[in-house]
Amino acid sequence: MSIFSTKKSWINLTIWVLIIAFIIAAPSLLPVFRLNLLGRYLSLAIVALGVDLIWGFTGMLSLGQGIFFALGGYCAAMFLQLNTAGEFPNGIPEFFGLYGVEKLPFFWEPFKSSIFTLISIWLLPAIIAGLLGYLVFRNRIKGVYFSILTQAALLVFFNFFNGQQKLINGTNGLKTDVTQLFGQMVGSEIMQRWFFWISAILVILAWFFARWIVRDRFGNVLIGIRDDEARVRFTGYNPVIFKTIIFSIAGGLAGISGALYTVQSGIVSPQFMTVPFSIEMVIWVAVGGRGTLLGAILGAVLINYAKSLVSEALPASWMFIQGGLFILVVTALPEGVLGWIRKDGLKKLLFLIGINKKLETYPSLEVNEQGEVKS
Amino acid sequence: MTSPLLELKQISVSFEGFLALRDLNLVLNQGDLRAVIGPNGAGKTTFLDVITGKVLPTKGDVIFKEKSLLGQKEFRIARKGIGRKFQSPRIFENLSVQENLALSVSRPKTPFSLLINSLKVKHLDQIQHLMSIVNLQSKANISAGALSHGQKQWLEIAMLVGQDPDLLLVDEPVAGLTDEETDLTADLLKSLAGDHTVLVIDHDMEFIRRLDCPVSVLHQGHVLKEGSMSDIQKDPLVIEVYLGKTDEEEQ
Repeated sequence: MSIFSTKKSWINLTIWVLIIAFIIAAPSLLPVFRLNLLGRYLSLAIVALGVDLIWGFTGMLSLGQGIFFALGGYCAAMFLQLNTAGEFPNGIPEFFGLYGVEKLPFFWEPFKSSIFTLISIWLLPAIIAGLLGYLVFRNRIKGVYFSILTQAALLVFFNFFNGQQKLINGTNGLKTDVTQLFGQMVGSEIMQRWFFWISAILVILAWFFARWIVRDRFGNVLIGIRDDEARVRFTGYNPVIFKTIIFSIAGGLAGISGALYTVQSGIVSPQFMTVPFSIEMVIWVAVGGRGTLLGAILGAVLINYAKSLVSEALPASWMFIQGGLFILVVTALPEGVLGWIRKDGLKKLLFLIGINKKLETYPSLEVNEQGEVKS
Repeated sequence: MTSPLLELKQISVSFEGFLALRDLNLVLNQGDLRAVIGPNGAGKTTFLDVITGKVLPTKGDVIFKEKSLLGQKEFRIARKGIGRKFQSPRIFENLSVQENLALSVSRPKTPFSLLINSLKVKHLDQIQHLMSIVNLQSKANISAGALSHGQKQWLEIAMLVGQDPDLLLVDEPVAGLTDEETDLTADLLKSLAGDHTVLVIDHDMEFIRRLDCPVSVLHQGHVLKEGSMSDIQKDPLVIEVYLGKTDEEEQ
């Protein structure tokens, strides 16, 4: 029963046409280096969609999405390493030799299978997010405590992964650039073009999926949980289940995102689980527009693209710009850029500068019963 | 005689030594309309918290449809047929009136069913009916946060009815309403009684009188007196604790 104003769908349509036109044109317009960057940022848009589902819609600010992002990345990277490992001694990835490991740790065995890997990329993070979420939500931990807890979990994972040289190459992480897939080098231009297309298609699919989740009553329950959880409970819904499901979905999306990001950046390492990176994910959504799925995508892609352009020109200044952007959004555009546009922000700005003239009273009063504008 | 719908037996609630309720007994039969009044701090809201599972009583038992409700989760109690309206209107402000009601009438209330099934025609009709009862048809697509205070109160009552509960617990439904709205609310609650059992908590004497139903007076956590409004108002004990002594008496 979601009610769409025609204006909102018009804005959405315009943005979608632009996005799709750009995606189609990008491979021929951009040099492969830029295309690769764009592909990475499109994959980051998928994790942003998840952040938007749990934060924008359900009101739970998770600062630990890096955990699930990195897990997806590790799954993909280990599959690629194992896929290439035939050339190495003992038939296992090279780095194991450095630590004297001669046999593949048992839990990596199934990752020799491509189907298992494709499933575990999203299912493993989703299960871990679900378990973690269920324990947290069942004990009615929310608000700031939830944020702190997710950040603490992130640090636990970060430190654990850093310390496990024998299992996952510790701090160094797993490289994917020089691995093979379908007889091609993963870091090669042709593969990177493919990964760009896969990222672009998966972003769109992820958007449809997220849209399907929030468009009707399920999404309304999520918004209800954000606005008044007690009311949801007294209306007969169990918020714990809803929160667990949505947190798990966000975890799964983060996993897919992490896998795509890994193959395009050439490495996965515990750096994916640093605190600033997980906070950046939240900033993309805040700037794009929390509670608007399209805003999450735009925020992730545009901020990251701006980041790479600014960093190339003025290496030291990006952090200041990002901080300033965040402050600007929090103070002036609390609903993010897309939320601002949807709420007639442009029109209001024109009033401020004095280009448009304000109506004298409420629009409904200026129109008589026949729908004519009163003189 | 059939057994009562709701029975509170010797309920005591203690918050760190302070007894919010002590040995409270109350019986409601199917179709009853009952008003509960009492001065601030008499335990009126705590008493609703106990029924709806928000607060676990230190002692005593709550029997609903012959089964104990103690220790059950709030959402399960809600599904068993107890609806609660809060003191200040609590609705989903960012959802439209229609969406608010849709959440209330949906069955079953499981995540999977909400994702897969669309709302049944029966439920769509029910939403229209509920909106007509509380005069909100014209606001169907307006977000609930934009409603006036009185309309929010009514929307919450409509959401309550949409849950199709056997027992409606209504906490101060006329706080902040105009006289006219108060009268309409009283009529609305009276019309709901019979099909449902309704328990109303309020301060507003005019409103309670208009409900024209048995009244329980709560004082310091237990029921001081039960009876009709006119009986209650004559009772010297009630006058003393609740209505206060008149100036002459104090002198």
